[in-house]
Amino acid sequence: MSLYLAELRRLGKRRLTRFVLVLLILGLGAIVVAMTASSQKSGPAAKAKAEVAAEADYQEQMGYHRQFVARCEAAKEAGTSQQQGMPTDCAEITPPQREWFSVEHYLPFELDFRELFPIFIAVFAGILALAAYLVAASFVGAEWSSGGMTNLLLWRPKRLTVLLTKLGAVLTGVLATGLLLGALWTVAFWLIGRYDGTLGGMTPGVWRSFALDGARGLGLVLAVTTVGFGLASLGRHTAMALGAAVAVGVISEAGLRIATSVIGVPFPGRWILSSYALAWFNKKWTLIDVQSCAFDPVNGCVPKEFTITWQHSAIVFAAGTALVLLATLWTMRRRDVA
Amino acid sequence: MTAVLEIRDLSKTYRTLRRGRRQALAGFDMTVAAGEVHGFLGPNGSGKTTTLRTLLGLIRPDGGEMRLLGQPVPERLAEVAGRVGAIVESPQFFPHFSARDTLSLLADAGDVPRTRVGEVLELVGLRDRAKDRIRTYSLGMKQRVAVASALLKRPELLILDEPANGLDPGGIREMRDLMRSLAADGMTVLLSSHILGEIQQICDSVTIISLGRRVAAGPVEEVLRAHSAASVRVRLEAADDLPRAAAALTEAGGQVTSLPDHLLVAAERPAWITRTLADRGLYVSELAPITVDLESVFLELTGTAPVAGQARQVDESVVVGGHA
Repeated sequence: MSLYLAELRRLGKRRLTRFVLVLLILGLGAIVVAMTASSQKSGPAAKAKAEVAAEADYQEQMGYHRQFVARCEAAKEAGTSQQQGMPTDCAEITPPQREWFSVEHYLPFELDFRELFPIFIAVFAGILALAAYLVAASFVGAEWSSGGMTNLLLWRPKRLTVLLTKLGAVLTGVLATGLLLGALWTVAFWLIGRYDGTLGGMTPGVWRSFALDGARGLGLVLAVTTVGFGLASLGRHTAMALGAAVAVGVISEAGLRIATSVIGVPFPGRWILSSYALAWFNKKWTLIDVQSCAFDPVNGCVPKEFTITWQHSAIVFAAGTALVLLATLWTMRRRDVA
Repeated sequence: MTAVLEIRDLSKTYRTLRRGRRQALAGFDMTVAAGEVHGFLGPNGSGKTTTLRTLLGLIRPDGGEMRLLGQPVPERLAEVAGRVGAIVESPQFFPHFSARDTLSLLADAGDVPRTRVGEVLELVGLRDRAKDRIRTYSLGMKQRVAVASALLKRPELLILDEPANGLDPGGIREMRDLMRSLAADGMTVLLSSHILGEIQQICDSVTIISLGRRVAAGPVEEVLRAHSAASVRVRLEAADDLPRAAAALTEAGGQVTSLPDHLLVAAERPAWITRTLADRGLYVSELAPITVDLESVFLELTGTAPVAGQARQVDESVVVGGHA
């Protein structure tokens, strides 16, 4: 317990931890401020203003339409319709329809808390995961490269206990930060919805759904934290984790995407990590193979689909995290601390 | 004699893809008795640090037995780690923490009261710089932090790898005094160092390692005596009598080297020399035993004495019974 508390203290004292925490708060704060500034409540005045703007746009487009028809008629009379790219029958030119200029399109952005907050939960989790990856990798990577790990092992010559305690400390720190900032994030968006947006349709079921989204997000953040910690410990340097992150980004998101499209592999998205992240947050992610779409005169074109569910994502992320963690523990146990 | 540290037949071979196999320890033995200051000497790359790291559980040995404070290690290292303070190789600490933070985190991790941090900072002379970041410290100051960290848990056995590294002359003397006072308080100190004059001054016994094997061990005086070709310098009142004296001593069975103003007589008791010369009417004006120091014994045993015009490579040492 004393080692765990000491490691928590060490984590809090680290300059990078504090720096990343400040950046995280500033980044999240900037999003909240931007949303506050851009979201406006749609009152009767805003609706009336939107109706006027919609009508004005409609009339403007009608004006353009009339001018175009007049030029078409003139060209028809001059017999130059073909040269000017005009239809021979000017009645074919479709006039703009009034319903195209819906009032909703002219209303200012209004944050619909129920509709949009799940997206912001994913945004929050993504930003937190990046920060946690960096902090966790540095927490153990800098200890290895600065000799701190050697010192610690001289005091506590139980390698796995030391490493797992360090991991436990960083996971605790990330979880506590995630819960605290997540609560503030929720309150901030609720307040934006309350005063500058709408909170319509909020039921206990919706709150439960938000909680589950948040739990999935935090789960992914903790997995990413573990992977960052594990990779830095495997390479005994923070740079190992950062390099691996870049490599995965390049190989998975760019390399595999290009390679699979060149080879013509169906559903290339199923080999790409971000598809699983999207499925994790959206509960499922459907990939469409447009190449398979052969025109059918009876049923039309029905391309094949491949659906990744959040359960698939759970298996992929859990397996990846377990693999990295097991490799980390094995090397911690076997490799010399030279 | 109670041994607090015993190593028997320790072996370790490093295997890397790039450099292949390299045997760092080849059946190394060492014993350190309780309460003594024991010097651990060896040229660069001889296996000193590998030995210490293996003893402290940082490196896995390929074979051999080790005991610390009576317990087999690494099996029961965790049980004795609280009674062993150690620094291995150059001191390394997180550069952005202060010495006080670094030590208090170690104290927390090891269930040592934080009041002890102030005591050891005072002891190593860092009281006034304790709140500065370690990155601003000189090598000598970092060395002091390392020693402080080793002393934090009031160890029964203190293992120090090059503790005087980077220290100024005053610091070296302070470190020597500290070792002496710790030993006087009953602490056993294992000291690895290249400053052989220091070792000779403060150590009760030594172990010398070369190419992963012990080449000498025992009390300092015994090692010096066993590995020195003792000789006596003889001067006479009249330098002209030196040839006669050389002849007389040689005739009586002595081994004599004639030099312009004196003779060197190997491995003989001074009384025998005096009597032999006096019997022939030759009178001695100076009779001085030529003493060897630890440095010359070390250089002889490890084969690392510099040779004019040659650049010795790191692993060019001797093994027992021949040159490598």
